[in-house]
Amino acid sequence: MTPTVETMPRVNGRDTGAFGEPGVVIDCKLDQVFYGSFLAVRDSRVEVERGKITGFIGPSGCGKSTVLRSLNRMNDLIRGFRFEGHVRFHGKDVYGRNVDPVAVRRYIGMVFQQPNPFSMSIFDNVAFGLRLNRFKGNVAERVEQALRSAALWDEVKDKLKNSGLSLSGGQQQRLCIARAVATEPSVLLMDEPCSALDPIATRRIEELMLQLKQRYTIAIVTHNMQQAQRVADITAFFSVDISKGSRTGYLVEAGPTKQIFESPREQLTKEYVSGQFS
Amino acid sequence: MTGPTLSAGQLAVPVARLERSPFEPRALKSLLLTAGVWAAAIVAAIPLVSVLYMLAVRGGARLSASVFVELPPAGFEMGGGFGNALVGTVVMVGLGGVLSVPLGILCAVFLAELGPYSRLAEAARFAAKTLTGMPSILAGVFAYAAVVLVTGTYSAPAGALALAVLMVPTVVLTAEEAIKAVPKITRDAAYGMGCTRSQVIWKVLLPTAMPGILTGVMLAVARAAGETAPLLFTALFSSYWLFDGGVPQLMQPTASLAVLIYNFSGMPFENQIELAWAASLVLVLLVLVINVISRLVGQRRA
Repeated sequence: MTPTVETMPRVNGRDTGAFGEPGVVIDCKLDQVFYGSFLAVRDSRVEVERGKITGFIGPSGCGKSTVLRSLNRMNDLIRGFRFEGHVRFHGKDVYGRNVDPVAVRRYIGMVFQQPNPFSMSIFDNVAFGLRLNRFKGNVAERVEQALRSAALWDEVKDKLKNSGLSLSGGQQQRLCIARAVATEPSVLLMDEPCSALDPIATRRIEELMLQLKQRYTIAIVTHNMQQAQRVADITAFFSVDISKGSRTGYLVEAGPTKQIFESPREQLTKEYVSGQFS
Repeated sequence: MTGPTLSAGQLAVPVARLERSPFEPRALKSLLLTAGVWAAAIVAAIPLVSVLYMLAVRGGARLSASVFVELPPAGFEMGGGFGNALVGTVVMVGLGGVLSVPLGILCAVFLAELGPYSRLAEAARFAAKTLTGMPSILAGVFAYAAVVLVTGTYSAPAGALALAVLMVPTVVLTAEEAIKAVPKITRDAAYGMGCTRSQVIWKVLLPTAMPGILTGVMLAVARAAGETAPLLFTALFSSYWLFDGGVPQLMQPTASLAVLIYNFSGMPFENQIELAWAASLVLVLLVLVINVISRLVGQRRA
């Protein structure tokens, strides 16, 4: 019997909820985040809950991508990045001493704005993370499962040897999702995953997210408020503070998506979700 | 006719002039410029094509299977070939590549990825740029001092070192550009998958940059294969085989195609001059073949 998605062993360990508060996978508190001397984000606290999609919305420059990329320490690659606060992943601070950012990224996977498959075959793209983690099981089986859960299997099963770059934009993005989920990370971060895609491909990715959330915790940055309404369970609204002559992002409010869009607590949120500024 | 009709006034569309009018000023200008570009391209191709033509005609006439297996003739001797020189060139360029390609690629990885803004990188980049313009004879003098004087003999390794010194800067600079040209989003993907820095380099950056790196290696090999000056000081020339009964005799003067062409083309003997032409053609074909192979390898990977 082929293992189903549910019975497959996790490479990096399933979310057992063994430690940390139940339900909260990531508790992130950003006091100050700098790029060089530029204060990009201040005073924001967001919790990402297990099995839910948390959407980050807000106008350009509000720091929503910075917050997302802080969660798996991708910002460490940017020169001058400095972080004050904490990101507790199952209660452990990923910015703590002795924490290896490389290990963090193996538990918290990422899908980017531009589809970015490696210049290798479709199969090798998906198997990449497995090989990286010295996965001992049946690689071909896992690749198939990952491609199935990314709703791409039927389109590529006869051309697994073709280059990942030969696919269309929407397919490439689903390939990137398959690559990210192949190692079964516990959290999937998506940084505007549909902004480079057409409406049909966008729709497919959104449907896919709704399927994936049964198995993965997802945090998504989106510029598109309708998208947040369609997919997010929890929405965090960020805005830009230009009062001190700089552009610093901060969290205005976060809550269940329905509440944020229908009865926000803050006037600013109300203005943003009703389209009065963007 | 029934139904509403349109009066002429309602159809007053200006009549478009769509015919070509070549003598209109801007069309004329475009024509002249196009002709100019064509002329320049043809003029630039003349020396190239004529060199190849001369090689094909004069070299091709003397080309036969025997020139590849026979030793160079002496003085008034007829016949002969340049088998030992071909072997010498392949061995010395190959050795030079073994020395310079790994070193150059590792150096490029450092320049592009590990410490692109460090002082060491600035210095290395400056040195490499300077060395690409260095007269090749200086590489020969360097290898003469470093190997020939130390070992007391002209040899293939000395020639290989001289060629390696010439190849390294080209490999470094082109490989650096190729690695830098890997898109940032590809790097992000690799780091996002949880690659360590060395995994990003080995598993993603180098494979992705490989076609570009190979181009640089080929440029370096092609240049090295045609160099004469550095070999005059280091490998000199020989009228004998590099391999004696299958055993390479590296520590002795070694023949090469470039030096053979240099020596024979100045001789007053028709036979030697013909051989020089044939050797030139073989050298060009050798570079061509390596080039084609590297392109095929590059395409397969991309």
